[in-house]
Amino acid sequence: MIVPFLSEALKLSAAFLYGSTGEIVIEKSGHLNLGIPGVMSVGGAVGCVTVYYLLKAKIYSTFLLLFLPLLTTIVAGGLMGLLYSFMTVTLRANQNVTGLALTSLGVGLAGYIMTQKGEAALIVGKTSKIFASLFQIQSENWFVKIFLSHGLLFYLAIIIAIVTQIVLNRTRVGLHLRAVGENPATADSAGINVTAYRYIATIIGSAIAAIGGHFTIMEYMGGNWEYILEGFGWLSVALVIFTVWRPALSILGSVIFGGLYIAAAYINVSFAQTELIKTIPYVITIIVLIITSIVGSKKAQPPASLGMNYFREER
Amino acid sequence: MENAIEMKNITKTFGSVIANKNVSLEIRKGEILSVLGENGCGKTTLMNMIAGIYYPDEGQIFVNGEEVTIKNPKDAFRYKIGMIHQHFKLVDVFTAADNIILGEKMPEFNLRKEYKRLQKKYKGQFKALKAQEKTYFEEGGSRFTKEYGEIVRKETGVFNRALLHIGSLGWIKLWKHAKFNYLSAMRVKKLQAIVDTYGFQLDLSKKIYEMSVSEKQTVEIIKTLYRGAEILILDEPTAVLTPQEIRKLFEVLRIMRENGKAVVIITHKLNEVMEISDRVAVLRKGEHIATVNTRETNEKQLTEMMVGKKVDLNIARKDPVDPKPRLIIEHMTVKNRDGINAVDDVSFTVNGGEILGIAGISGNGQKELLEGIAGLQKVECGDIIFHNPKKNKPVTFFHHSLKKIKRMAAEGFFHYPNGEKVDLKGKRKKEIVELVNKEQILFYEDEIIDLRHRTPREIQELGIKLSFVPEDRLNMGLVGNMSIVDNMALRSYRKGKSVFVNKKRPKNLADTIIRDLEVVTPSDMTPVRRLSGGNVQKVLVGREISSSPKVLMAAYPVRGLDINSSYLIYNLLNQQKEKNVAVVFVGEDLDVLLALSDRLVVLSGGKVAGIVDARTVTKEEVGLMMLSRASVEDSKLFADALGKKQNDDEKEEGEND
Repeated sequence: MIVPFLSEALKLSAAFLYGSTGEIVIEKSGHLNLGIPGVMSVGGAVGCVTVYYLLKAKIYSTFLLLFLPLLTTIVAGGLMGLLYSFMTVTLRANQNVTGLALTSLGVGLAGYIMTQKGEAALIVGKTSKIFASLFQIQSENWFVKIFLSHGLLFYLAIIIAIVTQIVLNRTRVGLHLRAVGENPATADSAGINVTAYRYIATIIGSAIAAIGGHFTIMEYMGGNWEYILEGFGWLSVALVIFTVWRPALSILGSVIFGGLYIAAAYINVSFAQTELIKTIPYVITIIVLIITSIVGSKKAQPPASLGMNYFREER
Repeated sequence: MENAIEMKNITKTFGSVIANKNVSLEIRKGEILSVLGENGCGKTTLMNMIAGIYYPDEGQIFVNGEEVTIKNPKDAFRYKIGMIHQHFKLVDVFTAADNIILGEKMPEFNLRKEYKRLQKKYKGQFKALKAQEKTYFEEGGSRFTKEYGEIVRKETGVFNRALLHIGSLGWIKLWKHAKFNYLSAMRVKKLQAIVDTYGFQLDLSKKIYEMSVSEKQTVEIIKTLYRGAEILILDEPTAVLTPQEIRKLFEVLRIMRENGKAVVIITHKLNEVMEISDRVAVLRKGEHIATVNTRETNEKQLTEMMVGKKVDLNIARKDPVDPKPRLIIEHMTVKNRDGINAVDDVSFTVNGGEILGIAGISGNGQKELLEGIAGLQKVECGDIIFHNPKKNKPVTFFHHSLKKIKRMAAEGFFHYPNGEKVDLKGKRKKEIVELVNKEQILFYEDEIIDLRHRTPREIQELGIKLSFVPEDRLNMGLVGNMSIVDNMALRSYRKGKSVFVNKKRPKNLADTIIRDLEVVTPSDMTPVRRLSGGNVQKVLVGREISSSPKVLMAAYPVRGLDINSSYLIYNLLNQQKEKNVAVVFVGEDLDVLLALSDRLVVLSGGKVAGIVDARTVTKEEVGLMMLSRASVEDSKLFADALGKKQNDDEKEEGEND
């Protein structure tokens, strides 16, 4: 039982990993984007619709079926990020309100798209097998079952997380991005274009999160697109806090979250208790918050200007 | 001397407020220029326009004789202008080195060119190798011998060869360039050269949040120099430093001057202006009054130019009248957030009608001490005994319940106006209430209260007021987005019986403070956030003093204030002293501390390093006490400086003989 459980937990973890990596990139720029659930929902919906139209146009090329939806997902996520940055950077709207509005918008929009094209669920379900089977190795070996029985997007999630970690901590661009999130006034006076960094980080982060939505529907759900991704989005935001803003750590954290999310199915509990077990990730996030604030280590704190808009001429 | 920067007819407005009006100023190479002026006179705004933070509405700026437009800090770098702001622009969680190289451009790198270069280099080697391989095989050599391995390893490594095959060598090189590694030889050399030239002492791998204010400033200065600044602007650099740190800073500035850099200091401390600068530019209310050579002027003349009228620079100190213990602090210990004893076994007495100065390098427990007394921080152990001056004053229901009054009467606390002892035994409730309301029951002696277990509100109502002026004035005491009137109401909203807040009294109070303390504000309904720092401080101090306190604790009440306002505050404190208030004054300027206070408590590392008579002690003695528990290095430095000064004095004496 432990092998299928771990395999399943790992598979689900990629959904959280995309969301949290995206959110970390955004938060490192000083944007508290609570619109991640909306971004993931829209990403999932747009990806599905793309697959649907490709099939309708009788295009069965594996390459196109794989990458065109991925591309549209990224574009859709990027547009959501652009909207968010436009609201908060250019129009100087409150970040929390904008984020929550984005969530409402995204979830509603995704719901609309999905009910409109509901009849296509079956075809998309078949296509999702392409996603799941590419790079997948079939074997009875426990190691292969746990680590290598996943689809393309699963491995992409881990690669993105590692690359993000390296870029954030080891490169000039990462240094500048962190400076923007910590102290935009300082970054500005150092000649860093705060507006550009915030826009680009938010767009890239949202695009990454959107892939998470696409992954969840195509690989994890097996094409079941009536699923509401909002809960996944909130868990991703919680995961950011849980892993204290470190993408590499969130590879491990996402597996824990994934395990806790599906644990109920593997132990014999009532339906009500299942829902209770699903709340455990939030509880441990709160515990992590408590511990980090008690310890008060400067290394485990959120970016200092998180949630604050920056205006240069204010005095 | 050559002009580094020339400003012509600069005007800048913020809404309806004119910050600078028609200012013309020149900054020369190889000199130190002081920009002098009161708070809110537009010194910082003017310099911010050179540094690219603000953009002037009108006027021209010339750098090295050419007209330029400086739209943002990036442009300022290009013209080699660096500004060190009052609030340091540093990222707390980064190391000093990270902060110094922040924003530095990537070295020129052409990926295509680099890739081709590498390919050419390795292809040549590769070809030679292939030929060698070919002859080796033709001679009957085998792939699995040692010799073959040597051929492969020769000239090109196996790894590079593999990379060449994949065609990714160029990418690897690109990565190496993009990778940020401040310890690379070039940077270390450049940084070390700067550190050596100016004699800085700094650990470049230390995180900013672990640093003292002086170290942070050093990082700022190195940062500006590293970026190749030729024109350095320092905004009130000495406001947060100790005397010995100031001396160190001035050393550095002098070396800069010798190296031909143009240095501008924004300040309002006259003694520093006289000590360090070559020329002084005086601003008043946004206008440029005059630029004079420091040698040809004196403090008095400068003050007159700054303020526009004559100012008396002496602080009148009267002898305390009938000082009686008001607040006795015994073995008080307060822990800070990190669990370290910020105040460690401190004992002293504060007398009524006396100003008690507290000296010490900032961050040596002053804040925790005052907050501990005011009940804002948990006191670990020790007693804070408050002698409420109640002798011969009537008891009220405001502080004491009926039950408590009965108990206190039984213990013999009260007497009637005719001197008879109060005995409430057998008296009915109504009778007692009547007696109290008619003010017939008087205190026999001063009331003695232990403050340790009182809530901050109770302590405040007892008349112990804390006017704390922290670095960030708006965080403690005032609400930035609220108007002056509303901020006054913060103290008085609990009074009055109606559900609605009485706005009349706070409004009157606000108007009085604006008038008496000369607060510059469009109206009393302006949000406090919009006022300049000095004016915010006046509002805060004015409010606390207006509540007729019994103990007034003022921490850094003149920090960042100009001369005129500072003396206004000193006079206010002296007035309180004459009203028999016990004044606790935490200050940073030793000259003022010695001139204003009657006694001086010197704190060092959270402990009392000495309690001295401010009339007889010297500045150097206090300075040594302040450092008694500081690091050895600092003490040594200070001792050296002292020794040097003494030598100079002796020399002078010798010459006089």
